[in-house]
Amino acid sequence: MPPAQEKAGPAIAVAGLRRDYGERPALDGVGFELAAGASLVVLGPNGAGKTTLLRILATLLRPSGGEVVVLGSALPREAWKLRGRIGYLGHEPLLYRDLSGRENLRFQARLYGIERGAAEARIEELLRAVGMERRADERAAELSAGMRQRLSICRSVLHQPELLLLDEPDSNLDAEGRELARELIGPGAGTRVVVTHDPERHVPEADQVLRLGIGERAVVS
Amino acid sequence: MTPSHAAFAAILAKDLRSELRTLQSLPAMALFAVTTFVIFRFGLDRTSLSGSLASGVLWATLLFAAVLGINRLFVAEREEGGFDAIRLAPIDRTVLFAAKVAALVVYLVALELVAVPIFAIFFLDDAAGLAPLVAVLLLTDLGLAATGTLISSMAVNSRARDLLVPLVLLPLAVPLMIAATGATEPLLSLGGPSYDRFGTWLMVLGLYDLIFGLVGYAVFDFLLED
Repeated sequence: MPPAQEKAGPAIAVAGLRRDYGERPALDGVGFELAAGASLVVLGPNGAGKTTLLRILATLLRPSGGEVVVLGSALPREAWKLRGRIGYLGHEPLLYRDLSGRENLRFQARLYGIERGAAEARIEELLRAVGMERRADERAAELSAGMRQRLSICRSVLHQPELLLLDEPDSNLDAEGRELARELIGPGAGTRVVVTHDPERHVPEADQVLRLGIGERAVVS
Repeated sequence: MTPSHAAFAAILAKDLRSELRTLQSLPAMALFAVTTFVIFRFGLDRTSLSGSLASGVLWATLLFAAVLGINRLFVAEREEGGFDAIRLAPIDRTVLFAAKVAALVVYLVALELVAVPIFAIFFLDDAAGLAPLVAVLLLTDLGLAATGTLISSMAVNSRARDLLVPLVLLPLAVPLMIAATGATEPLLSLGGPSYDRFGTWLMVLGLYDLIFGLVGYAVFDFLLED
């Protein structure tokens, strides 16, 4: 790791994180640190709080307790500082069904303040990378779930984020799609947190593994 | 942070493009208004209306037609996680409120471009009051759009959305409708328009717009939180 990054501290530092849904705790006492450039794989059964953890890191959910620092910003107080620095791939594709794939990416580029010429070049580059250049003018609603996932991957990396938060990134992708996606969101893509039910594929590529259990303490290895 | 005017333009353009492509709101609003005028025409058994009755028929119809569009205002954001896309972007979230208000104003103006001429053909002997009515329509549209956007954003994640919007919106719109009908009544009076208390009602409409615009600006960020 470069000395500058060491000085800057970990990309993510979580201590005693708790998140409750009403009376039910979804996360309780979760703690870990992730260095800049490293990747963390989060494992656990359904209902263990994996998606909740990812949404908290993405500033989409407020923690009920504990300390969360992402890219130097303490959450939820400094969440606004993180907007635009995170690439988030969730269960939902975050695409507008009535817009085409290309229009969705252009809309995203405008929200992130990417200059028009640079945005067009980046969009074409990403569409080629996921094999979607010929289907990009079809409405998102008319595309298969796998095609929408490919577009969603493009959306999540369009603004070249510093941190990738990926919730089951392989879902709906065929073998070709998984390989193409790997170029954009795989181990070479910088700091990553990957929630997955496929440890065989993702654990060997990870620097750290966080195992969440229902009613058990989280274990980092 | 992305400049607010750029984000505003992007969201507004996206909404208008989606509506032009799918026509999910505007045709329903226009059809509702025209059908309601037909029902009033035969229900009241009158070929001509004036004063408070004309004003009431016009605004009751426009208000309920607007509810159809307000109900659908955030549906695209609710589907497929669009709210998350906005929340992750480096933009001031109140830009979403402003863009949705602007989109709703465009829908209401488009509705009125269809509905008001038909209202005039069905019920008015004299169309001289329609020119000053434009000011009333625009000020009322702004207030309705600000209130409607707030209520719609609160209701969008509820399964009872279709019930919740009219239940909450209509009581909040009562002061707006009192002012709108108050301003419209003298414009549609028998024998031509008069401007009795017209300015006062316009100021009430402007005040309503200002209050709900500020309320929306102040609370919209919190409404988007989990």
